[in-house]
Amino acid sequence: MDVLLLSRLQFAFATFIHFIFVPLTLGLSFIVAVMETKYVRTGDETYKKMAKFWGRLFLINFALGVVTGITLEFQFGTNWSRYSTYVGDIFGSLLAIEATAAFFLESTFIAVWVFGWKKLSPKFHATCIWIVAFAANLSALWIILANGFMQHPVGYVIQNGRAELASFTDVVTNGYAWNEFFHTVTGAWALGGFFVVGVSAWHLLRKQNVDFFTKSFRIGAAFALIFALAVALVGHRQGNIVAEAQPAKLAAMESHWETQANAPMYLVQVPDPENEGNSVQFGKIPSILSIMAFNNPSAVVKGLKDFPKQDRPPVTLTFTAFRLMVGLGTLMIIVAILAFIARHQPAESSTKLLKLFVWCIPVPYLALQAGWAVAEVGRQPWIVYGLMRTKDAVSPLATSQVAISLVAFFVVYILLAVIDIFLLAKYARKQPA
Amino acid sequence: MDLGTIWFILWGVLWAVYFVLDGYDFGIGIIRPFFSKNDTETRIMYNAMGPFWDGNEVWLITAGGVTFAAFPKTYAIMFSSLYTPLMLLLFSLILRGVTLEFRSKVDSAGWRKLWDVCNFLGSFLPALLLGVAFANIFMGIPLDQDGILQGNLFTLLNPYGLAGGLLFVFLFAHHGALWLAQKSEGEVRERALRTAGKLWPVVAALVVLFLVMSWFMTPLFNNYLLHPALFILLLVPVAGLLLTYKYRREARPLASWVGSALLIGGAALFGVFGIFPALLPSSLNPAWSLTIENSSSTPLTLSIMLGVALVFVPIVIIYQVWAMHLFRHPVTQEDLDYDEAY
Ligand code: HDD
Ligand code: HEM
Ligand code: HEM
Repeated sequence: MDVLLLSRLQFAFATFIHFIFVPLTLGLSFIVAVMETKYVRTGDETYKKMAKFWGRLFLINFALGVVTGITLEFQFGTNWSRYSTYVGDIFGSLLAIEATAAFFLESTFIAVWVFGWKKLSPKFHATCIWIVAFAANLSALWIILANGFMQHPVGYVIQNGRAELASFTDVVTNGYAWNEFFHTVTGAWALGGFFVVGVSAWHLLRKQNVDFFTKSFRIGAAFALIFALAVALVGHRQGNIVAEAQPAKLAAMESHWETQANAPMYLVQVPDPENEGNSVQFGKIPSILSIMAFNNPSAVVKGLKDFPKQDRPPVTLTFTAFRLMVGLGTLMIIVAILAFIARHQPAESSTKLLKLFVWCIPVPYLALQAGWAVAEVGRQPWIVYGLMRTKDAVSPLATSQVAISLVAFFVVYILLAVIDIFLLAKYARKQPA
Repeated sequence: MDLGTIWFILWGVLWAVYFVLDGYDFGIGIIRPFFSKNDTETRIMYNAMGPFWDGNEVWLITAGGVTFAAFPKTYAIMFSSLYTPLMLLLFSLILRGVTLEFRSKVDSAGWRKLWDVCNFLGSFLPALLLGVAFANIFMGIPLDQDGILQGNLFTLLNPYGLAGGLLFVFLFAHHGALWLAQKSEGEVRERALRTAGKLWPVVAALVVLFLVMSWFMTPLFNNYLLHPALFILLLVPVAGLLLTYKYRREARPLASWVGSALLIGGAALFGVFGIFPALLPSSLNPAWSLTIENSSSTPLTLSIMLGVALVFVPIVIIYQVWAMHLFRHPVTQEDLDYDEAY
């Protein structure tokens, strides 16, 4: 294995693990903020207990989001030094702004929130968790603006052998990135809803603290339904944007080989990149790909064969991940509707339904991870689309260095993730104090 | 002053602030195994940094981010050429970070012991590694013209690098003892002050040793000899060293901690101004050094970032100081009984 492959594995592994914890931070912070606001408004102590119970789960999860983030911040330098030199003029400032504008805010106010229950007025205390939620989502915005530049570079000129900033406004108003941001955070907020619904259902199955978990369930179900719908809508728009900006990725997402108008979609398809086609293909839905990509049934969709081989992304992985995401997204909408219908008396629901809610906790997690696989694998072979290839971006390191650090990442991250998930499960099963 | 120079100074200041703030967290972690007599004391020590450590660590993320934004080529070469020590540093910080959250979550002595060990490693190693790395940067790193390190981890463990590592470990241990004194009461406070008292002569001796070695083994003093007025800057760490002594003798831990902060911040800036205008000097050939000139971002990026820094950094300082003020009281039994306490 060479340094390039090892570095890619390492980066992918590190971001995927980071992104196990990030979406719950994004989603649950808002949900806790809503709960505490209800407490301030109504004075009902149950809502205060709710903020504390779900807040503790938030904190356990948050800890791993923080520690896995630090390594990412430095990996652009350690493993992608040529990339950092080439686009740092633009990319670096986005990361620096993320830290100064968002991370400070979040890390300081989360501590104020945790330790400040007795020191601050209830109103001010609730404001603190709103600040945390705002800051977490703000950090997502800046990092995705950075990622958006890699997906769809704007506002730059090539000069002095590197990409230099031409317009900061263009970089921060990059439509690709904003859509990516909304798609990601709506997914994360839906995930927060599914998490609350699932954990509440677990307790309701055991008829424990029925009032407490019914109220929690209700808030979770609202989040789950609103944002499961939103993420799909924004996702459709994301498809349009990808079709414009990265046609090769779109073709790989659908394993679409021949350029054609009225491009169809197939319910079942098995890509066969060796032979530039699909080995299995049936369940044709006419024109739907043209509609998905361009909102127009007769639009021409470019096929993979029209891209030079060295410009095609890995088809099977991109395709499978996309199918998985959309499939799970559909499942989420159905489950969220069921939860919404059950929200008034969830404890009265059938055991089967409650179990379904518990089992669906991982579903949005998988959808989010699959989504990033589409975005990142589908962008290959480019690290910055159309501008720099991944193979030209890697640091001049010795294979042994990266091999050792990769093993360390595997061992340490998996151990910590297992411990963290064990603690989350342990505290999720506790009775609210 | 041109933009490049302003950013060079800001860059140095960010690292200095990071050392001052996270330094006491590391220090508490370093002295804990030798200081704490029982679980209660250990918990007092963790809760003394409890509300602050993550906010302190963000200064590191910012220092890294600013290196990337203002001097991308330095960011690229500094972190890829120091790959292995940097990875060690990051993994140590991970251990430190999870300790506090995990330790109190399972009621078992073995579990707590595990995280106590991790916390020690996660405090001692970063102190040592940062000291070794910065001493080497001050001295110059064997970088070739492609920015590749001619050597390995052991090249960095030269006498000067090791002196820097030891210096950081003791500076931070002393700093942490003072913070602990300032955040505790009764017997713990007294003992923490005494610990700082025992550490102070070692710190003073290491500071002198490091200065002497810098004189003979590094070009750090060249800038100062060229512009003797700069020697005034050396007064900051020296004053810090004396003030921290004076106030500790008067049993005023917070004031003494501020003295120690001046010492740490001043020492870091002494080195940074010594290497100006390089950020990463090459010991093989000065032409291969990474400098303001050959590694900075465009004036457009630098001025946008300056605007961002001028707006946000003061705001950050205001709310971080406010948070420190809010949690200024000594850790009490009531704090330890609190359900989210570490
Ligand atoms: C709960 C999570 C979730 C769900 C249900 C969906 N997505 Fe998604 N998707 C993501 C979470 C996500 C993500 C993790 O947030 C990604 C990765 C990068 C991004 O912008 O969002 C993503 C990427 C992503 C991309 C690639 C974007 C790029 O290359 O930048 C497309 C085209 C879609 N999505 C489209 C959809 C469609 C049509 C969906 C219909 C149901 C859908 N997604 C459901
Ligand atoms: C590969 C790029 C990424 C880098 C370099 C990165 C960096 C970081 C860092 C340094 C932290 C720790 C902050 C602290 O100490 O408080 C962190 C935490 C976090 N990251 Fe990431 N991250 C990346 C990807 C993402 C993505 C894609 C998202 C969201 C969609 C995200 C959202 C968050 C959130 C919400 C936290 C929680 C902690 C906090 O904000 O302080 N990150 N990340
Ligand atoms: C948190 C969600 C993310 C996940 C799960 C994710 C996942 C991945 C994966 C799977 C790869 C490897 C692709 C391949 O080599 O085939 C990759 C590469 C990469 N991604 Fe991401 N990514 C995320 C967010 C980000 C963000 C926010 C940035 C930038 C700010 C980023 C920057 C990169 C870079 C620099 C590479 C390495 C070069 C490459 O292989 O393309 N990623 N990521």
